[in-house]
Amino acid sequence: MILIVDLCYKPRSLSRYEFVDPIAGIVRRTGSMYEIVHFTELTGDLIEKAGGIILCGTALKDDFFAERINLFSWIEDLNKPILGICAGMQVVAAVFGGGIVPQPKIGLEKIEITRETDLLGPPRGIEGYHLHNYGVTLPPGFDLVAGRPGEVEAFKHSERPIYGIIFHPEVRNRWVVERFVIL
Amino acid sequence: MDERVCNVTRPKRPPNTFLDAGADYFFVKLGVLFSGGKDSVFACRRAMETDSVVCLITIVSENPESYMFHTPNVRWAHLIAEAIGVPQLSWHTLGEEEAELSDLRDAIAAAKNRYGIEGIVTGAIESVYQASRVQRICRELDLWCFNPIWQIDQVEYLRLLVSEGFLVIITGVFAYPLDESWVGARIDEERIRKLEALQKKYRINPSGEGGELETFVLDGPIFKKRIEILKAKKTYENYRGRLIIEEARLVDK
Repeated sequence: MILIVDLCYKPRSLSRYEFVDPIAGIVRRTGSMYEIVHFTELTGDLIEKAGGIILCGTALKDDFFAERINLFSWIEDLNKPILGICAGMQVVAAVFGGGIVPQPKIGLEKIEITRETDLLGPPRGIEGYHLHNYGVTLPPGFDLVAGRPGEVEAFKHSERPIYGIIFHPEVRNRWVVERFVIL
Repeated sequence: MDERVCNVTRPKRPPNTFLDAGADYFFVKLGVLFSGGKDSVFACRRAMETDSVVCLITIVSENPESYMFHTPNVRWAHLIAEAIGVPQLSWHTLGEEEAELSDLRDAIAAAKNRYGIEGIVTGAIESVYQASRVQRICRELDLWCFNPIWQIDQVEYLRLLVSEGFLVIITGVFAYPLDESWVGARIDEERIRKLEALQKKYRINPSGEGGELETFVLDGPIFKKRIEILKAKKTYENYRGRLIIEEARLVDK
C-alpha cells in the first residue's frame, strides 16, 4: 500500500483536489493500493502498513506544514521508500537538517538530472512544472540528483530510498510517481 | 520543536492571517474566474463545498481568438451568477495577449478591493499557460490560488458532472470529426462514450481542454433556478460550429 500524505493547510481542503488527488490518480492507474491521510491525522499503524510514502505538495501560499515540522520526525528513522514532492521535499530537507530557503519559481523549466538513481533514471535533461516560493539546501547525508547546489531540483538520501523533488510530477512527468510505486 | 528544526533557515515571510486564524476552522473568501462554461461552474461548486465564494469574476474579451478567456455566450454568465446567488464582477478586455493578462490582474485586484477576496479559484485542467499566469498574478496580489479540477481525468470528470446533476450543453465545436449534431447537444452518458472513443481514435481532449469544445451550464446542484434558452442561433461549417444564445431567462426549478 502506498501512503499518500496530504500536506495542505487543513484536512479535506480545496487544495487537496489539486495537490493530492492527481498523485492518487497516478498511483491508482498503476493498479497499486493506496490510502490518503492528512499529515495531522497520521498514525503509526498507517506508517507501519505502508510500502512507500508520498508527501504531496501544497499551494504557493501554504506553508502551514513548515510550522509543524516536528510532526514529521517519524521520517528520520524510517527505512521505506519516501518521495517528497515540493512541500514534501521541504519537509524531508528540514527533518534531515537541510534548509528551506526563498526560491520562487512558477511554470515549466528545464531540469538537469546529474546523477543516476532508481527513481529518475540516468542523467539527462527533462522539463518540469514548478510552483513554489521556497526551495531547499541539501541536507547532510543526501546526494544531489538534479539541479545544482544553489537550486536543488531533486535529491536522494545516500543510503536509503528517500527522495525529494521540487517539481510537480503530475504535470508531464507522471512516470516519476509510476517508478516510485515499484521501487 | 527539536533542535534540528530550529536550525532550518526561516526566511522572513509576509504576515499570514490565514494561519493566525486557526487553520482547522478557517474558510477562505474566494473569487471564482467565471465564464459560465462547465469548468468554472464545477470549480465554483467545489469551492462552495469547502470555503466561501463571495464573487464570480467574468472577463469579457472582445477578441474571438482570446488566449485566456472563453468568449461565446460569456455575456450570459450573469444569469448563472444570479441563479447561483453570488455577485458577479464583469470586466472588459480587448483581448490582446499581454494586455489581456494585465486586464485579468486588474479584475482580480478589483475583486480583492470590492469583495475582500483572499483567494482565486480557476477551472484550469491541463493548461500550464493559463495556470502559471494566474498563479503569478495571485502571488503578486498576495492571494491564494486554487485549481480544484487540475489534472483531473477528463472522462471521469465528465461523468462526475452528469452524476452531480449538472446540465451542460455544448456551445462550440472546433475540431475534426465533431459534426453539427454536437452543437447544442447536452453532455450525457451517450456523448461521453462518443468523446471517449474520439479520444482514443483522434486524441481529442474529451472535456475540450485543447479548445475542441466550449460549453455553457443551464442547471446544477448549486443553481437555485435553472436557465432556459428562449432563442439561439446555430452556425456550423467545416468542423467549426457555435450555438450563440440570443435570449435566455431564469425559471423556477
